[in-house]
Amino acid sequence: MTTVPAHGSPLWRRALLTREAATIALLVVVWSVATASVRGFDGPLTITYLILDITPVLLVALPMTAIVVTGEIDLSVASVVGLSSVLFGLLHQAGVPLPAAVAGAAVAGALCGVVNGVLVAYLGLPSLAVTIGTLALFRGLAVGLLGTAAVTDFPRNWTQAARATLGGTPFPSVTVLLVAAVAVFAVLLHGTAFGRNVFDMGRSKEAARFSGVATRRTLLVLFVLSGFVSALAGVYYTLRYGSARGDNATGLELQVIAAVLLGGVSIFGGRGAVHGVVAGVLMIGVLSSALRLEGVTVNLINIVIGVLLVLSVVSPRVVAAIRARRPARPPSTSLPAASPSVQ
Amino acid sequence: MKFSRSVAVLVAAGAALALTACGGAADDAGGGDGVTVTMLPKNLGNPYFETSTSGAEEAAGELGLALEEVGPETSTPDSQVPFINTSAQQGVAALVVSANDPRAIGDALDEARAAGTKVVTFDSDTDPEFRDIFVNQATAEGIASKQLELISEQIGGSGEIAILSASANATNQNAWIELMEAQLASDYPDIELVEIAYGDDDDQASFDKTAALLQAHPDLKGIVSPTTVGVAAAARYVSTSEFKGKVAVTGLGTPNQMREYVEDGTVTAFALWNPGDLGYLAAYAASALVDGTITGAPGETFEAGRLGEFTVGEDGVVLLGDPFVFDASNIGDFDF
Repeated sequence: MTTVPAHGSPLWRRALLTREAATIALLVVVWSVATASVRGFDGPLTITYLILDITPVLLVALPMTAIVVTGEIDLSVASVVGLSSVLFGLLHQAGVPLPAAVAGAAVAGALCGVVNGVLVAYLGLPSLAVTIGTLALFRGLAVGLLGTAAVTDFPRNWTQAARATLGGTPFPSVTVLLVAAVAVFAVLLHGTAFGRNVFDMGRSKEAARFSGVATRRTLLVLFVLSGFVSALAGVYYTLRYGSARGDNATGLELQVIAAVLLGGVSIFGGRGAVHGVVAGVLMIGVLSSALRLEGVTVNLINIVIGVLLVLSVVSPRVVAAIRARRPARPPSTSLPAASPSVQ
Repeated sequence: MKFSRSVAVLVAAGAALALTACGGAADDAGGGDGVTVTMLPKNLGNPYFETSTSGAEEAAGELGLALEEVGPETSTPDSQVPFINTSAQQGVAALVVSANDPRAIGDALDEARAAGTKVVTFDSDTDPEFRDIFVNQATAEGIASKQLELISEQIGGSGEIAILSASANATNQNAWIELMEAQLASDYPDIELVEIAYGDDDDQASFDKTAALLQAHPDLKGIVSPTTVGVAAAARYVSTSEFKGKVAVTGLGTPNQMREYVEDGTVTAFALWNPGDLGYLAAYAASALVDGTITGAPGETFEAGRLGEFTVGEDGVVLLGDPFVFDASNIGDFDF
């Protein structure tokens, strides 16, 4: 009818009030509190270690974001990280040149993704069940291949490259890779037809299919991407810690999924943005770093992450429930006192 | 869009609470202005390392150090690295670490040392280039000769013995067994080693191998098991068999696993080091590095409280001493 936008408030205000903005604001708060009150947090090593620590989480969180937006999930990512780490180590041990070993691990990761993708997309099985199964399967393969042993004789120029900083700055060189990966996934998800399909699938797979979206192929591509990126994370993990082991990155999926949900991606699909997830990953990294500096045990760090995860899933529901009750009441408080108790 | 603000408030409250609550707790614990030392065992919740940490705490009390223990849940190198990083960030004076891998944590230790932190390894060493001092619990020679001394005493100096090892390719086990074979040949002419069995550090397999050894060698007088799993399984088998009191069992064991068999008379004595003393010595070595008494060069000496004076050996190794013998008279003093 008119040119007045459908939204009552201007764009800048809406941008400030999104879930993502809330996470970013929270990140700033946590960072400030940590800088002010945690001994050692304001030191130059904090940023270096923070980025080194979050690299595998952030890498894996990017395809995970797309998968969760479609309403699916990939719980097998940490096991793919572990399996690719083991394969990378074994290939190196067998005398394969390191670049070829990286490629081998990446191919294996992509194949893991094919397994997940085919089972979910083409056999129509629930991703939760499928990827719990492959979580155990891939981890079992990883531990089975190397047993309790470890491959640790990686060339030091490679392990140091995984930790090196960009001349004179606290930023590790891996930051370049991270920025590139974030940019690629942001464009893929928010700037392409493929990305629009992903969001459409999250709102309704049926509707998306009827409107011509190749839902199966899209899902398969996402799971393969997830496997591939997890494998790269596995190679990075191996070099950063100088150790290829079957139990590498056990439990990483918890941090990844916590970061994705904390970053404002709806677990029910259809909503989410890459910048929110980046903030979610940073939030978990900053919290872990600050809590470790305070000498807090790993268990307590996991409790904090777990509570944040639950809060980020529950709070929209709680708020939505509260809002749903409000319109039912008249604007004034003249409601008979008896009516609430009818419930 | 009110809900996003509520979310922010909720989550922020949780996060801020977590930070401030923990901040308060840690301030109370590590509030000392003095020298801070971080103790990083292979993993937390492990009675062996709980004993070594209490030894280190005893030393820290005597030296006036602020000692903080941190560590991962699982004994993997990747889980140890973040704690080493944290020590570097905090700029602690010294880090006392039992390495989960001789090389994997090396880069992280390098960075900590570049930040001015002295690094002492104990129990499990890294490659020498990554640390200042390694506090070694026992040498292979000491372990081998102490076990032979024990079995020889227990069987009266002559007769057949067998060894129950872990896996056939366990490096440390094989090194000890080789040394034992050499010492048997030179120093114990009347003792014959009839078989080396492998229980793979599996309780059930070790138990079965013990039964098989006793069947195959009716004249067997003693079993030496240089692995904590093996010696406990062998003792368990012997304690409920007709061989109890006739066949001696000894080796490297922990007091908690062996207590029952020492009390019921199956086992007279067994050896290991005392992890409490190990932690105590490691803390003294850290302190000596921090105050400049030693740098890690061979020949330097330092005082370690009730344990006396120690000399730094080749490759910056400080040796705790001969293995410690546990028997009925002292096993009650240990809980690990």
